Amino acid sequence: MGEIPMAEEKKRRSLRFVALVVIVVLATVLGLSLLMNIFQRKQEARNPFFRVVELTDDTVDPSIWGKNFPLQYDDYLKTTDQVRTRYGGSEAEPRTPTQADPRSVVAQSRLEEDPRLKIMWAGYAFSKDFREERGHAYMLDDQTFTERQKVAHQPGTCINCHASVYVAYKQLGGGDIFKGFEALNKMPYFDARKVVTHPVACIDCHDSQTMQLRVTRPAFIEGMRVLKASQGIQNYDVNKQATRQEMRAYVCGQCHDEYHFSGPEKRLVYPWAKGLLVENILAFYDEQKFKDWDHAQTGAPVLKAQHPEFEMWNQGIHARSGVVCADCHMPYKREGALKISDHHVRSPLLNINRACQTCHKWSEDELRARVETIQTRTFALRNLAMDALVELIADIKAAKDAGRTDAGVTTAMDFQRRAQFYLDFIESENSTGFHAPQEAARILGESINFSRKGQVSLRGVTR
Amino acid sequence: MFSKAQLMPGVILGVVLGLAIGVGAYTFVYARGYSYMTDNAEACVNCHVMQDQFSGWLKSSHRSVAVCNDCHTPPGLVAKYATKARNGFWHSYYFTTGWFDDNIHISSHGREVTEQACRKCHQDIVQAIEGPHPEAKDAQTSCIRCHDSVGHLH
Repeated sequence: MGEIPMAEEKKRRSLRFVALVVIVVLATVLGLSLLMNIFQRKQEARNPFFRVVELTDDTVDPSIWGKNFPLQYDDYLKTTDQVRTRYGGSEAEPRTPTQADPRSVVAQSRLEEDPRLKIMWAGYAFSKDFREERGHAYMLDDQTFTERQKVAHQPGTCINCHASVYVAYKQLGGGDIFKGFEALNKMPYFDARKVVTHPVACIDCHDSQTMQLRVTRPAFIEGMRVLKASQGIQNYDVNKQATRQEMRAYVCGQCHDEYHFSGPEKRLVYPWAKGLLVENILAFYDEQKFKDWDHAQTGAPVLKAQHPEFEMWNQGIHARSGVVCADCHMPYKREGALKISDHHVRSPLLNINRACQTCHKWSEDELRARVETIQTRTFALRNLAMDALVELIADIKAAKDAGRTDAGVTTAMDFQRRAQFYLDFIESENSTGFHAPQEAARILGESINFSRKGQVSLRGVTR
Repeated sequence: MFSKAQLMPGVILGVVLGLAIGVGAYTFVYARGYSYMTDNAEACVNCHVMQDQFSGWLKSSHRSVAVCNDCHTPPGLVAKYATKARNGFWHSYYFTTGWFDDNIHISSHGREVTEQACRKCHQDIVQAIEGPHPEAKDAQTSCIRCHDSVGHLH
């Protein structure tokens, strides 16, 4: 080995020195950024709340609430998303905006997906335009611009659940939401449309001072009162007697249920005087001699069921276990160290970790497979019930065209009313059976039975 | 003895090293790094991610007989601190980056540790109910398949 020259040795040393300094500098930078990260995490854990605007009981605009609650507001804005699940969710379909309908995106048409719906709803506005439901953000526009508005004169009652109406109720009723509710119901739709601006907003579920949940829909307050009365509890006041956990279902139940427009004043009434089961609701309508319309092909006095999510959830195992709407559709999440409810209301299938895995210790794939198994079975049964109903309608129509008016035809028409309501109860319910799988199967089974019995009665066989 | 030119690099090195060690030490104390050497259950809620588990443990049947480390670290000083180091590294990594699911899941290594922890204390009972072929890996029953709330439900 030769001697390393002094100059070379010096050069190597200073190179090594520079490298060491660079490494230590990098380590210091990393150490400092870790320190800053820890500092940030500790700050998050302090749970800061800044009141930057004063909210009142008249603040409708959610963007004002959003200044005090930016995290919740950010999530609330995300309900504009359009994502499919296997059996639900919506596809964003582009359309050319017109003067009358400025929407540039709509959801896919359910009538085109399944033309049997047009036969079930023949003679009713739903047979003209019915699209997959979209997120909360679209509720007002989708109702304002649906084709159904062109083929029928809708009452202001529709607005009750398609807009933020709490402040409008107060304005119409001179401070009394019940008076405002009655005034709104009596208005024509487009007059009522002028008194509201926003889709469902913060104030529809929250008290502006305490942020506590509260019910603002008179129809639900009345509905719960008659339901509880049927169970032996008199003068139930949902805003005073419900627990905090119950309220996390009731604020959603304000709108996600079966309803009808009662009498010439078109009052919004939830049909729960006899209970929440489909047969209780049908018995209530029978007693009231209520019909939504006369079927265009058979003349039967039929009913349109509407999204009975609250009723169906009540029959399922989750309700039985005290798990409510918000637990799965607005599960708790962390923003930094803050624990908040996810205000991006959506299908739990799009949020399995937070929605399901809080309780269910299985993989996301396993949980999705379980849900889709239930939905696939429900959907298959729903298709059988739909075929049976369409066949019954064809048979009644043929009998009537042949001039028959006997008791067999009348009985068949009554069976059509039943079969159709039971089927629509599951068809219009937004979980494809998941909220209460066995109950959904039972209802569809009964619907099939009604359709087939109707066909039997046309053949002159009495059972 | 040394010329100024020879001294300079040494001074710079000293300052830089000192800074690095100082920042490191401060970060360690600020983040309560020393608490992770102890068995104190509160160390596990230094960051808020484990708050639900901690609250659950406070109300569980095991709160008075076992702390986090009794079930989540294996017996033996070396094995215990090796597991602490391993978990500590990954916990810090995920907490710092934020790349984790809100409802956290235990790792398969962690599950093995907790399973052995049950069997460590409840050996007499476990031996009486263990299946006929305990040597077969799949044959082993998991205690928390049924007793899932003894430590903490979530």
